[in-house]
Amino acid sequence: MSQTSQMAPAVAEVDDARARRLRTSLDMLKDLRELVQFIQRAKAEIAAIRPDEIKDRHLTIASDELDAIVSATEDATNEIMEAAEAIEGIAAGIGGDQADAISESVTRIYQACSFQDITGQRISKVVGALKHIEAKVESMVTLLGGREAAILRAAKVVEAADEDPEAKLLNGPQLPGKATSQDEIDALFG
Amino acid sequence: MAVDTNIPILIVDDYKTMLRIIRNLLKQLGFNNVDEASDGSAALQKLRQREYGLIISDWNMEPMTGLQLLKEVRKDAHLAKTPFIMITAESKTENVIAAKEAGVSNYIVKPFNAATLKAKLQSVIGAF
Repeated sequence: MSQTSQMAPAVAEVDDARARRLRTSLDMLKDLRELVQFIQRAKAEIAAIRPDEIKDRHLTIASDELDAIVSATEDATNEIMEAAEAIEGIAAGIGGDQADAISESVTRIYQACSFQDITGQRISKVVGALKHIEAKVESMVTLLGGREAAILRAAKVVEAADEDPEAKLLNGPQLPGKATSQDEIDALFG
Repeated sequence: MAVDTNIPILIVDDYKTMLRIIRNLLKQLGFNNVDEASDGSAALQKLRQREYGLIISDWNMEPMTGLQLLKEVRKDAHLAKTPFIMITAESKTENVIAAKEAGVSNYIVKPFNAATLKAKLQSVIGAF
């Protein structure tokens, strides 16, 4: 038997081993490519959510509006209570059955006014939930990194320019301190 | 013998409107000697400066909750026997159990009405 034919099985074994290593490497490369594509898709999806805008604009608006609700309901409740207290004072001067009837109705007003406490607590829960969302959004913004964040900011500028001008007029009630007063509006009419 | 409606009462709540509501309802029942505190720590300070015949407290307050206030009151030898009514939106059984275990005298769930307040007051401090 020639030396070549004696070595053939060993050579074949080496070739097989090399082929197996090559297949393993190709498989790993394929897996890595798929992983990279997955990460890129995930980043693109996160960027499409615009976490920067959610955090800096929408969540801030939501939080400010909720604070304004609590403040407005507190003011209104105090007005109602003051009026009810005044009525009670007047009733005390009348006396008799009429005073008792008035006092009973005033008591119902006091009881109803406790809504402000309940709504305040519910709003606090909502604010807590928003803060939790904000923290998650912050994590997403960090995940995106500098380059993508810059792309987001550029996209915001383009979006602002494309907005329907009349849509910008739909803002709802203004926050206290920022609202234009009736006198200021009247002044615009001369 | 009817309870003296001049007993000093301390009401504790972080919502000013709720303090006002409770004060007005107590006034209707004849109780005019009423002090206020906006949270547990402020209440504890007042309790250590003056004697009160009754504490009516909310639960959810910062920095000290009503439950923490209750525990502090029950720990303090001078305050331990002070009747304590919790008035709170916390209505789960576990809350009531926790308050009972901490030594609460009675428990009112918000929103509440004047009749409930009167009934609980009478159960805690006696008829008036």
